[in-house]
Amino acid sequence: MTSAHDGANTPGSPGGSTAAGATPRGDVGPGSAASAPAAGQTPSTLHDLEEAVHHLEAEAEHRPPPAGVPTNLVVAALVVALGAAAVVGSLDLGVGTASAPGPGTWPLILGVILVVLGLALGATARRTSDAERFTGSSWAVVAGLATMLVFVALIGTIGFEIPSALLAFVWLRFLGGESWRSSIVTSIGVVIAFYLIFVAALSVPIPHLF
Amino acid sequence: MDLTPVLDGFAVVLEPTNLLYCLIGVVVGMLVGVLPGLGPAATIAILLPITIGIEPVTAIIMLAGIFYGAQYGGTITSVLLKLPGEASSVVTVFDGHALARQGKAGTALGIAAIGSFVGGTVSIVALTFLAPVVAGFALDFGPPEYTALALLGILLVATVSGGSRLKAVIAASIGLLLATVGRDTFTAGERFTFGSLGLADGLDFVPIAMGLFGLGEILYNLEERHTAAPAPARIANVWPSRGDLRQSRGAIGRGSVLGFFLGILPGGGATLSSLAAYAVEKRRSKTPERFGNGAVEGVAGPETANNAAATSSFIPLLTLGIPANATMAVIYGALLVQGVAVGPRLVEDDPELFWGVVNSMYIGNILLLIMSIPLVGLFVRILRVRPAILAPITVLITLVGVYTVNNSVFDIVLVIVFGVLGYLMKKAGFEPGPLLLAFVLGSLLEDSLRRSLLTFGGDPTGFFTRPISGTLLVLFLLVVLYPALRAGLSRRRPAARSIDTEELV
Repeated sequence: MTSAHDGANTPGSPGGSTAAGATPRGDVGPGSAASAPAAGQTPSTLHDLEEAVHHLEAEAEHRPPPAGVPTNLVVAALVVALGAAAVVGSLDLGVGTASAPGPGTWPLILGVILVVLGLALGATARRTSDAERFTGSSWAVVAGLATMLVFVALIGTIGFEIPSALLAFVWLRFLGGESWRSSIVTSIGVVIAFYLIFVAALSVPIPHLF
Repeated sequence: MDLTPVLDGFAVVLEPTNLLYCLIGVVVGMLVGVLPGLGPAATIAILLPITIGIEPVTAIIMLAGIFYGAQYGGTITSVLLKLPGEASSVVTVFDGHALARQGKAGTALGIAAIGSFVGGTVSIVALTFLAPVVAGFALDFGPPEYTALALLGILLVATVSGGSRLKAVIAASIGLLLATVGRDTFTAGERFTFGSLGLADGLDFVPIAMGLFGLGEILYNLEERHTAAPAPARIANVWPSRGDLRQSRGAIGRGSVLGFFLGILPGGGATLSSLAAYAVEKRRSKTPERFGNGAVEGVAGPETANNAAATSSFIPLLTLGIPANATMAVIYGALLVQGVAVGPRLVEDDPELFWGVVNSMYIGNILLLIMSIPLVGLFVRILRVRPAILAPITVLITLVGVYTVNNSVFDIVLVIVFGVLGYLMKKAGFEPGPLLLAFVLGSLLEDSLRRSLLTFGGDPTGFFTRPISGTLLVLFLLVVLYPALRAGLSRRRPAARSIDTEELV
């Protein structure tokens, strides 16, 4: 009686069921178990590997710091709102029944799932760290976006050449930090190449000035 | 099995146009792999407009070339600069870069190229025999099986993709919701179109993919400063020595098998299999302390496995019509745009396309081996091209490209809108991959679900009475409950961590 109790109570003891279950391949015996922690600086389990990979990526990419709790809550609220909108919309479409599903059945299911998951996201807002803060460099994205909007606005009236050159120039000089000379030369070169490929060679009907 | 269609497939590949597009594909793939920033999914999305004007088989040969070519190219930056060009080459950094520091960069690159070639080729051969079997098996699948398969596929991709699981599932649900926009296939009534004629036929795949993957990634990259790439050291000798080859022989063999099987699993793919291969090699090694300090096996295993997986992940797409990862979802979209019916009938109904694409991978791998060993210096030189110069060119290709699909300025607006969405998603920690995958599978899933419910008379337990859909749904539930199970287990057993490694491996 007591011995059985003891056995059940010592899962961590060497040679216990845990160790045997965890390493079915452990035919090398205690030697491998002893050397694993010694080589601890390089990862060996998938979990450690994934962590090491994330670390490496963060190191290589210089991403902005994580966003705060308010941002996470806003994201969660948006998900809930989208789900709620889907629910309302699907009720309008007619949900039908399980035996005769209507156009709204599937959107209703998705809406409910989104609401539930959004609430779960809100509940974990304090612990999430994978969202990024908007920093000064986020303005670069706004600027890049602006050049694209200018491109769309102008392409119908004056063709693609001038908007393209403008876009390339802004991205090279101001977003990419290239020199004035290289920016001007490259942006003109890119437009000429595009013209030759799309208009002259492929005769794609893109609006063009020349 | 009948080998005639397989051999006919070679005739398709050897047509000059197809050879040319295969070459273009693998060169672009190699470049994309070398240059940090855009991944293969983004590149394939951006190049979708090109594929519309050409034959389906030619288009897919090129897109496939980009995908597996990127696995070769990603190695180069991992080894030389400690900057993985590709997610699936990240583990290569540990030992590849260590080798480079010891002046053996050439050895690492050579072993990686040979491993990639062997892994890719083994995987194509296995695919050739396995794919028709899977397709034959799937011919009997009805709506309930497809419902279960699509659900499981989406969930697995969402679970395995990097980052938060909860967020990935949310992204997938949003993708499914976006797929409901447009005409309902059963009642022909309009859904969520807000009275707009442009939305009546549903959201277009091309601008969504180009925006979410292409433009979204470019915008996201604008915020970071890549550390200026130092001029890479000269690569002396890429031919690995006999000793190195002998040392990595086992790793290449194991990597091929492991990569092939992990690649078939939805969500598995190249990245996971490279991680798993590294873990296996380290665990098996008699001298695990060498790992991280320049072990050749630590390069050979993962590099072989990621290529084998890249190839085998075509199996679920070409035989079931279920893409196994984000890149496959884009290729699936390309097939749909071309009007190709992807599913178990593809092998029988369109053998030219099926075997043309499969066999093109042999040629592609040979081309890549040539580019990775004798011509590697050329690609190393490309690292000197600054990302700042490439960014505006990619933007312009995207904007002009999407216009050419329908000659519509509105499509440019759409691609920008989805670009912003993709950027904001990445910013908030959501991967766009699961969204796009769910979007392409959305109508299949909804149709199958509704058909099944009609057949079962509204009784959802009907799914469990059919053996295949029942098994798949039980798996689905296990994956859903897995985190809770694991939390329960690890509280009782501190060794649970290493257990799930074993299971995955």
